[in-house]
Parts: sequence; structure tokens; C-alpha cells
Amino acid sequence: MDFGDSPAEAEFRQRFRAWLVDNNPGLPASSTDDDYWAGQAAWHQSLYDAGFFGLSWPTEVGGHGLPSVYDAILDEELAAAGAPPRPGLGYLVHGILEHANDDIKARFLPGLVNGRDRWCQGFSEPDAGSDLASLRTRAERDGDEYVITGHKVWTSYSDDADWCLVLARTDHEVPRHKGISAFAVAMDQPGIEQRPLKMINGITKEFGEVVFDGARVPAANMIGEPGDGWPLAMTVVSHEREPGELGYVARYRKLAKELTAAVKADPTAYDAEQVRQLGWAIVETEMLRHHVSRRLSDRLDGITHGPEGSVDKLLMTWTEQTVGHAALGIGGADHTGDGDDTWLKVYLYSRAQSVMGGTSQIQRNLIARRILGLPA
Amino acid sequence: MHVRFSPEQDALRRSVAQVADRLGPQAVGQLDDGERRAKLDAAVAESGWRELRTPAEGGAPWASGVEVAIVAEELARGLADVAFLGPTLAAELRRLTGAPAADDAAETVALTGDLAALGSTVAVDAAGAAVALGVRDGHVVALSVGAELPPVDLTRPSAEVGPDAATLAALDDDAADRWAALALALTCADLVGAMRGAVELSVDYAKERRQYGTAIGSFQAVQHLLADAHVLAEGSRSVALHAAWAVDALAPRDALAAAAVAKAYCARAARTVGETAIQVHGGIGNTWECLAHVFVRRALLATDVLGGEGPNLTRVLAHHGVGDQTGAGDGLR
Repeated sequence: MDFGDSPAEAEFRQRFRAWLVDNNPGLPASSTDDDYWAGQAAWHQSLYDAGFFGLSWPTEVGGHGLPSVYDAILDEELAAAGAPPRPGLGYLVHGILEHANDDIKARFLPGLVNGRDRWCQGFSEPDAGSDLASLRTRAERDGDEYVITGHKVWTSYSDDADWCLVLARTDHEVPRHKGISAFAVAMDQPGIEQRPLKMINGITKEFGEVVFDGARVPAANMIGEPGDGWPLAMTVVSHEREPGELGYVARYRKLAKELTAAVKADPTAYDAEQVRQLGWAIVETEMLRHHVSRRLSDRLDGITHGPEGSVDKLLMTWTEQTVGHAALGIGGADHTGDGDDTWLKVYLYSRAQSVMGGTSQIQRNLIARRILGLPA
Repeated sequence: MHVRFSPEQDALRRSVAQVADRLGPQAVGQLDDGERRAKLDAAVAESGWRELRTPAEGGAPWASGVEVAIVAEELARGLADVAFLGPTLAAELRRLTGAPAADDAAETVALTGDLAALGSTVAVDAAGAAVALGVRDGHVVALSVGAELPPVDLTRPSAEVGPDAATLAALDDDAADRWAALALALTCADLVGAMRGAVELSVDYAKERRQYGTAIGSFQAVQHLLADAHVLAEGSRSVALHAAWAVDALAPRDALAAAAVAKAYCARAARTVGETAIQVHGGIGNTWECLAHVFVRRALLATDVLGGEGPNLTRVLAHHGVGDQTGAGDGLR
């Protein structure tokens, strides 16, 4: 058991640390400022071009074929430098890698990995949230194309996206899990209407609605076979639950560091309870960092994850919301109207973590049934 | 970075689990079975697990903090009522200070009255111990172990210590930090084991106990309590393993900071998990005969040794430059 760097890992860490000195874009956090999204594509491309993106993905799609623990090292250095987190696209990459044919992989993965193509995910619908299999968006065959009609919601960053991974029903005669197919749909076409949504902390890029009304997609853009949409969706959401995939540890460590600096700068301004909340933010962030190291190390030995992703999702959620409480206590309570409301935004954004990617209640159901073996 | 047990560490874990399952108490009534306890003690004595921190050639311990944590976790999971924490920490104190090896008398450590630091008031994990190593005026001293105190932990007795102290060696700051790091990491592993055992006990009960014509484990209200308990145990395990690794891999102050992070997290988690175990067992969980409170009591002792969430949050904050940083800032000496 070794939490420390091997010689090769130490060399990588030093190389990335040196690169970051000149290449940290100093973007605001995605969770508090729409300006992040103006600079995110350039940050993604900058990481990719320097050889620091897609570390654990296969080389043939633009990755580096390194063990997953390199992602943890990258995240530690990003946090230490106060740099923005890496774009968390692993769930899309894994979904396509595991379910698409070679043609789809060759056409779409390089652009997704190198950051030149922007993607969003069209899964949830107004009447299909936790119960995703009840989705009603339709894809009907028309010659060499499918015609898509339906309403998607929580399509994060959809107004910046070139492509959308859409789940749509292609067969109404079979059981509902078996009639869903997945498509790569071009976003720049008539028949797609964007409706950005404003989150409770005021940012507008993260949430969106997309209405498909006769949007067209070539049949050759189907990912997998007809009816393969559900297993693909399960692959995507299982990776979407993993903090190692998302790189969120870097975001939490950056926030904890900034909160610590705020308290050190004006120690008498905070009461014992506020300082205590900072202590818990540090403790839980460290816990999550070590938990991610443990999980990513499992993959070195070929262990892939099933329901354990739900454990990771809850630990990630509790950590983010503990950091959110510290942010509220330390910086969120400025009622004078002339202050910076960044910490209030951090707090309000943290409430989404127990909903996005599957609610905490759904994760608990999965843990109870699939890990603890409790009866239905 | 390879946060996985080696084959040897896996084998160690399995053999400790076998001993704990075979000779640990399966019910509260078995806690009084002296014959079983003697067999358990003999098995542990024969295994050499209590000598993991005695010095090998060059003064390094025979085994790392990770092996110590593996043994502590599996013994706690099986509620093994056998000395391990005390003898291990006594051996570490002798090793770190260069005090000569103990004679044949079994040893434990003496802490302050609230158990929050090395001291000379209470001998912990004192079963079978004749000597307790404590600290007076910056020096490690040997004290005699007296009468047992009313137990909090039903698996590990504490005892009074005698007034006469034989001075063994000076304790410097680095040695004190290293010792505290091991003590905290060991107690974290103990808490993780107690959490795992309490969750297993409660899950088994929820599958068997029927109300409204069905197993109570089929109700989401019960499932979510147990799911949260499982998640807390898993997060605790990750942070506790890091602390165990850090004992020998990091500089003393950093090892101590890693241990304080782990202890704050594990102590809080263990209280919630223990309370969940009592709750899921319902009325039975509030009776002496249910093992749930034995896990809770074991966790209370492990929490108190070098402190729970309060003192360790203070240590964590001090390490980050917030709050009291006078001296070592950790109140361990």
C-alpha cells in the first residue's frame, strides 16, 4: 500500500507543476461564474495540447493510456496551484468507448477529447428524472436519418455545445428499458430550440432545456445498436457518479484553501463555529482525496466498478455540501449589498450535488439493494 | 501511488479475521467466558502481532503502520477482547525513545485522565499488563498497573497506575509526534473495524426481523440509514488507511496532521454508525444483550484515546495555520 509517488509519477507531477506556472488561466469557478465557460474551451485545449488531458484514456482517441492514478496527481497539482479543475468529460468518453462501433469512435472521440468539439448530454426530461427509463423523446426512422421530437432538461452547457448525446425511444413495442437508442446529434440545426435556465445562485450556463422538434440525425450517428441506449446510459451515469472521473476533488481543495486564506487574513472576524466548519471542510476534502486514490488504485488491478460508484457519489456530495456550509459561514452572510457574493454562490451551488447525476436517495437505494443485499 | 493491500497484507488481514471470528465473542454472554478469552490471547500472542512495532535491525519497526492498522481493524470488527492497542503503543514508545526492550512483563501505555494525551493517570487496554509506559516531565516512565477501573469498553479494560515511576528515556518532539501519529492511526483503524462490524450486525438483523409481514430491511427508511452507515465506514476506511501509511512515510508533523484528519472524520462517523446500529435493532438494540452497544462502547474508547473530533479538528486547523499554534499546537505532550 503506497499513497506516495512512484519515480515516474513524481516526474509527471514535477513536469505538470512546472507547466502550470505559466499556463494557469486563472478562471473563476464554474460553479459561481458564467465567465468560466467563456474560457473553458481554451483551458481544455491548452491542457490537451500540452499533453495533460485524457491521461487515462486510450491513445487512439487522443488519450495517454496512463493508469487512472495520474488523474489524481493532476487534480492535486491543479488544486495546489489554484487552477481550474480539468473538464470532466470521462462519463461521455467511457459511454462511447464501451458502446460505440469503430466508426463512431473514430469520428467523435478525438474531437471530444481534444476539446475542439463541445458536447452536452440529453438524458433527463421534465417527466423522466430519477425514473429515466420513462423518457418519451422519440426518434423515428426517415430514410437514412432519424427525426427527433421531444423535450430534454438539465442539459448542462447545451448552449455552448456542438453535439448532444441524446437518448430517444426508437421502439414503442418492447419493454421500456429495451426501446431506447442513443444518438450523436448536431446542435446547430433548425428543429432545436435552446432555453437556458438560471440556477438558484444566478449562473445561467450550467442548466438548460432543449426542445427537439423535428431535428434530424443520420442513422450512422446512432451509438451502439437500436435498443442499446439503456446500457449506454447506465455506463455514463455510473462514471458520472465517480469523483475520480469528475475531478471535483481539485475544486473542493481549491475552495477549502481559499476559505482557509480568508480566515487567516482576518482571524478575529470569525467565531468558533465558523472556524469549526472550515475544519470539517478541510477534513472531508482530504478524506475524499484519499478515497479517490484508493478507488483509482483499484483500477490498476483491473477492478472495475459497479454499485460502489454510489458510495463515491455520496461521499462527494457530503464533501461538497460541507464545503458549502463552510463557505456560507465564512463568506456567505454579507447583507450589506456591496460585498462579493462568491461564497454565497458556492453554498447555493452545493445543493445541486445531491440531485445531479442521480439523487442521494437513489444512491442509497442502490447501495441498500446491490451492496448490502437488503430485500426489495 | 498504489492504494491496495499487497498479497502479504491481504494474507495478514485474512488470518486476523479468522482468529477474531473463531475466538471473539459472538454474543454478549460470551464476554465473560474466560476460557475463550485465554485462547484468543494465546492465539494473538503466538501470531506476533503485538510485536509489529518492536525494533528490527537498525531500529526500524518490523512492520509499518499499515500492518498495525490491518490487525486493529479486523480485531475491532470481531470485537476481539484481547490486548493489542496498549502493547503496540508501548513497544512504539520504547522503539522511538531508544529505551531498552521490555523484560517479560506485558506492557501497555498510560494516558491522562481524559485519555487525550500521554500521561501517567490511566492505563488503557490493560488486560494482562503489569507495566504501563507513560510520560512525566518530558520523560518516558514505567508505572505499575493497579486495579481495573469500571469499564466503558467491555472488550478492553482500563486500570489505575501505581505512584512509583521508573524513568526510562527522554521523549523529544519528533518522537512524540510520530508516536501520536501511530496512536491516532491505530485508533482510526479500530473505529473503522467497529463501524464495519456494527453495519454487518445491523444489516443481518434487518434481513431477519419482520414487521408488517415483511423484513424491515425492505423499507427505504431503514435502507437509507444502513446505506449512510456503510458510506461513512467506507470514507473512514480511505482516510484511515492514508493515516496508517503516513505514520512511516511522512515527516513526523505531517504524519500527525494526516492522523488528525483521519481521527476527526472517523470519530464522528463512528458515533453516527453506532447510533444507527442501535436504532435499526429497535427495542432489542437498547438491551444489554444486543452486541450493538458493545461496538458503541469499543468506539468510545478508541475515540477518547488522543481525542475525538474536537481536539483533532483543532490539530488540523493548527496545521493549516488557523487557531492555536503555540508549541506543537497539538496538546499531545
